[in-house]
Amino acid sequence: MTIEYKIRKLDQEKEVLPQKLELEPEPDGRDKRLSEAATVLSVRGLKKKIRGTWIIHQVDFDVKAGEIFGFLGPNGSGKTTTIRMLVDLIKPTEGEVLIGGHSVQRNPERALAEVGSIVENPEMYPFMSGWENLEHFARMQRGIDKNRIREVAEIVRLDDRIHDKVKTYSLGMRQRLGIAQALLGRPKLLILDEPTNGLDPKGIKELREFIRMLADSGISLFISSHLLSEIQLMCDRVAIIAGGRVLSVGRVDELVAQAGSYVLWKTDRPAEAESLLLQEPQLRILREGEYRMDESALAHLEGAVVTTVPEAVLPGLVARLAGAGIAIHAVQRVAPTLEEMFLTLTEENES
Amino acid sequence: MRDLLPLIQNETLKIWKKKRFYVILLILLVLIPIFTYAQMRVSQTNAVHFKDWRNQIQQQITDLQNTLASDRVPEEWKKYDRIEILRLQYYLDHDVNPSSPDAVSFTRQFMASSVSLFFPLMILAIASDLVSGERSSGTIKMLLTRPVKRWKILMSKLVALTLYVSLAIVATGAVSYLISGAVFGYGGWTMPVFTGFGVQGGTIDASGVHAVPQWLYLFMQSGLIWVSCMTVAVLSLMVSVLLRSTAASIVTMMAAVISGTILSGMTSSWESAKYLFSVNIDLTDYLEGVPAPIDGMNLVFSLGVLAAWSAAALAVSFGIFTKQDILN
Repeated sequence: MTIEYKIRKLDQEKEVLPQKLELEPEPDGRDKRLSEAATVLSVRGLKKKIRGTWIIHQVDFDVKAGEIFGFLGPNGSGKTTTIRMLVDLIKPTEGEVLIGGHSVQRNPERALAEVGSIVENPEMYPFMSGWENLEHFARMQRGIDKNRIREVAEIVRLDDRIHDKVKTYSLGMRQRLGIAQALLGRPKLLILDEPTNGLDPKGIKELREFIRMLADSGISLFISSHLLSEIQLMCDRVAIIAGGRVLSVGRVDELVAQAGSYVLWKTDRPAEAESLLLQEPQLRILREGEYRMDESALAHLEGAVVTTVPEAVLPGLVARLAGAGIAIHAVQRVAPTLEEMFLTLTEENES
Repeated sequence: MRDLLPLIQNETLKIWKKKRFYVILLILLVLIPIFTYAQMRVSQTNAVHFKDWRNQIQQQITDLQNTLASDRVPEEWKKYDRIEILRLQYYLDHDVNPSSPDAVSFTRQFMASSVSLFFPLMILAIASDLVSGERSSGTIKMLLTRPVKRWKILMSKLVALTLYVSLAIVATGAVSYLISGAVFGYGGWTMPVFTGFGVQGGTIDASGVHAVPQWLYLFMQSGLIWVSCMTVAVLSLMVSVLLRSTAASIVTMMAAVISGTILSGMTSSWESAKYLFSVNIDLTDYLEGVPAPIDGMNLVFSLGVLAAWSAAALAVSFGIFTKQDILN
């Protein structure tokens, strides 16, 4: 991993950016550095009313330099509306968006110079070539020359087809051209709205690697998705949005840990095993409907007892079961997926 | 302005790459030979019937006088005929052929008769999808998330549109001169054309009439056509900002323009119709001495009405474009 490189890069960024420190106690060194890193995107009390209805009730979060920030929510949760407010396509009714310290609402020319974005589909002019499209958008910003255009075309590996008309491009190529356009102005922040939409598995994998590469070079990424697995695979931190409200912001792994994990016991005599396990006061047995996990995790462990239990008492329990002559086929820890966590959060929000 | 130049370059390039101007040229290249042929047949017929053009004009005057004598022609229409007789008589008295068959005369007449429908149509081909096209293709999201103020983007579109409107007028003149010249000869630049007919009610006031060389007349006429076309262009830019669909904005603008042509023929009794933009679009009529469709209309009035409509359309376009939420 190129964490070191990233941190060095972050230190450089700090000198450039107005500092906005957000000190959350976070465990390991890298994240401590991240938490001290400058805030690239800051969203404060964002609200939006459209035709008398509040679409966005309350959205707050910060994205720091060099992190990959996930923005997770089901369709219709207000994800796209929020993203459009980040890039000045929609004016918020209340609240403010700061990019690199500049207000998008009050100073869009400065703020938008710091950000590259693809909102929904990567739509470019089909009647022009990729190169002409890049030239078009290069003219909208100062200090972008032919070399930079060539450079971004190479970064997205489109250099061999760059002079073909965009209407001949595949969706994956359009996506890459969109990213090239977004990178033209050397942004500090890249906003990608549902970037994996419509891509095949190979394309998704390539995109994921590409996003990681960009983050390693010091760019912050803001990625929205309704696919929780995508966020889990790509992002450092995540904000979860539903019904126009941010339900939770945090590190992806911490959120997962917060939701706890299950321990599944597969034995030859489940009833006996259950009564033995219940002797441990810190252990709780969950019945059908009380737990949420991947169906696939249960598929191989039919009839397994689902429990929550602290890790420290696990070895003792295993020994006790074995001592009682119960054949243990499997003891498996299953992490809840973001789906489960998301449902939990939504329910908390509703109740 | 330094900021705007690259944006104007963008917009000009996009219209060009969309091949909209080719379409206009193509239409001109198809239509003008047809009209040239029609004009040629008319000239041939006239040449057979009248050895001298004076006889032809005299015949036209006699025909009009016969119409005037008829009871079946409504009184409102007779007004136009009376004025036409006076106009033709004026040309006859001054020994100038008002419909001399040469390339410049053909161009002048073709452009004058195009101003109410054909020019607006060409302008719509360029203007109607300037904003709605970006919306329906989704590229507006790329365009508006760049660090450029929205009014500058719309301004660059307006400037590019102005360039193409001017180019369309020049191209129409050039194509029609070049094609008709092949048949009628490329002369006629210095032929005198009478202008300055003051039409008051049913009478013609010849006191201000003077002859100008045809090249100057063509130039003045093109200026007036430019004003009409820019009004149509600015209005369709507004419609393009307001409506998401390009088809809807073309239909809306076409309806507005055509309604003007229809209204001009029937509004003599509905006086306040003179404040509609489309009734005022035929500016070249004032130059020719064709009576205005409604009393109280004159060149200054029409220019004022068109300017007011344009200013309002620009205010609406910029007001909405700069504040609008892009939701789709």
